[in-house]
Amino acid sequence: MAKQYDAGVKEYRETYWMPEYTPKDTDILACFKVTPQDGVPREEVAAAVAAESSTGTWTTVWTDLLTDLDHYKGRAYAIEDVPGDDTCFYAFIAYPIDLFEEGSVVNVMTSLVGNVFGFKALRALRLEDIRFPIAYVMTCNGPPQGIQVERDLLNKYGRPLLGCTIKPKLGLSAKNYGRACYEGLRGGLDFTKDDENVNSQPFMRWRHRFDFVMEAIQKAEAETGERKGHYLNVTAPTSDEMMKRAEYAKEIGAPIIMHDYITGGWAANTQLAQWCQDNGMLLHIHRAMHAVLDRNPHHGIHFRVLTKILRLSGGDHLHSGTVVGKLEGDRDATLGWIDIMRDSYVKEDRSRGIFFDQDWGSMPGVLPVASGGIHVWHMPALVSIFGDDSVLQFGGGTLGHPWGNAAGAAANRVAVEACVEARNQGRELEKEGKDILTNAAKHSPELAAAMETWKEIKFEFDTVDKLDVSHK
Amino acid sequence: MSDVQDYPSSLGNAASRKFETFSYLPPLSSDNTRTQIEYILNKGWNPVIEHTEPENAGGNYWYMWKLPMFGETDVDVVLKEIEACKAAHPDNHVRLLGLDNFAQCAGAAMVIYRGKTV
Repeated sequence: MAKQYDAGVKEYRETYWMPEYTPKDTDILACFKVTPQDGVPREEVAAAVAAESSTGTWTTVWTDLLTDLDHYKGRAYAIEDVPGDDTCFYAFIAYPIDLFEEGSVVNVMTSLVGNVFGFKALRALRLEDIRFPIAYVMTCNGPPQGIQVERDLLNKYGRPLLGCTIKPKLGLSAKNYGRACYEGLRGGLDFTKDDENVNSQPFMRWRHRFDFVMEAIQKAEAETGERKGHYLNVTAPTSDEMMKRAEYAKEIGAPIIMHDYITGGWAANTQLAQWCQDNGMLLHIHRAMHAVLDRNPHHGIHFRVLTKILRLSGGDHLHSGTVVGKLEGDRDATLGWIDIMRDSYVKEDRSRGIFFDQDWGSMPGVLPVASGGIHVWHMPALVSIFGDDSVLQFGGGTLGHPWGNAAGAAANRVAVEACVEARNQGRELEKEGKDILTNAAKHSPELAAAMETWKEIKFEFDTVDKLDVSHK
Repeated sequence: MSDVQDYPSSLGNAASRKFETFSYLPPLSSDNTRTQIEYILNKGWNPVIEHTEPENAGGNYWYMWKLPMFGETDVDVVLKEIEACKAAHPDNHVRLLGLDNFAQCAGAAMVIYRGKTV
């Protein structure tokens, strides 16, 4: 018998709490950390989150009966305690794949982190993880080239890639900026990088920057015989302007461009990534604004979700945190989202904060970029943590060398090669790091000077956002 | 300023030319070459030897020495082939790669003998 229309406010859990539901292989699954207002039952809050992020609204409406809501509704199917925190709980919600436009992280996130985050029955809400079914992954374009293609394009095998962000981040003229790039590249870097703030300001318009930097790349390539690049930041006020800059980068022969995927927007990012794939360009992704979303342990979007969004939207590099440098990042959690960037299948692993199995099928991987407050003394730990498929990026740790950028670059290049060589010999990098670097410095005055300059610097503050693994 | 050292690299100085991984370190010793081959074999990668005239080192394709040594597990066999390649092409760069057939990409690449750089 057909359902009847019964106006009024129903409890969400009557419709959206379904503990007996077994998620389908094609469902998009989400895990939210929910902090409810006092006195609201968990099941009701979980159901409300499912409703408000899918088909529901606060009251029954007659048009509900024109469709089959049982086909489209999100379902809260499980609730779990958060280890060590009684103020909140995990709610697991399954969304039918038909709720979402194909190939659109914009659409998925508009539902999952839309109105529901302002919902009054919640004190706070955090999206901890999403399982994208392979059926949905296959509708997304993904990284333009992927890790193996990048290695083949740049002829770099068996070691992490080395980069450097040019500083000061603002205020250099294009010609001076190109000089800073040239010095780093001739010293042995694979890449230099525009800082995220560098777009096209009055002190350095984008086109001058692109021209001077391209000359720096070409001369450094001729000098060293190695392939080089500079992440030309094409992030712009409009996506038309972004595409104009990308086209020019291609015209002058640049191998890689850069975009800020959160401030620039996911629609623009997906557009740019598809263009990069069509045009053989590599795409470096910066993540400005991520900490606004991901740092508060009770509210926002976890970075592992933002990582999945980027891999689906498209990018060949993504900043991951360093574990050891100046920026926030718990080690196990970081290892978790590094796997999410690179691997083709990631198993559920709560000790790394991963709530779901994630199958990426044949979608290429993303190179994690470790950047922020790192220097040669961190190299053994970085090579050990990140392995070969990574970009290690030293800004101040290159430019701050007492003899200048070329020497700073050479110091880092010698250090990374010495660490890879030692690792291949079976040595334990984090234990024997000092010995390995000291030995390498015997053949490299640049490395010896770098080790002397930065020997005292450490960044040992406690992490604000820790994994929820220890019970009280 | 007297403490600052110049970085000695230029278009005219052939010693500035590098060869990717390990080329910023001193040339591999024979012991080290052996352990690096062991690393490649232990990974299950297929060793392949390539060589080139130094003036053509910039391209994607160097000359392949024979065929990749599929399934080879003996370090001495690999070393012997490297020596044979070097003897046949004494002025060329000779490099060893470990081909990872799952990733469809080299997992390691290193120049074992540096030819006369130009």
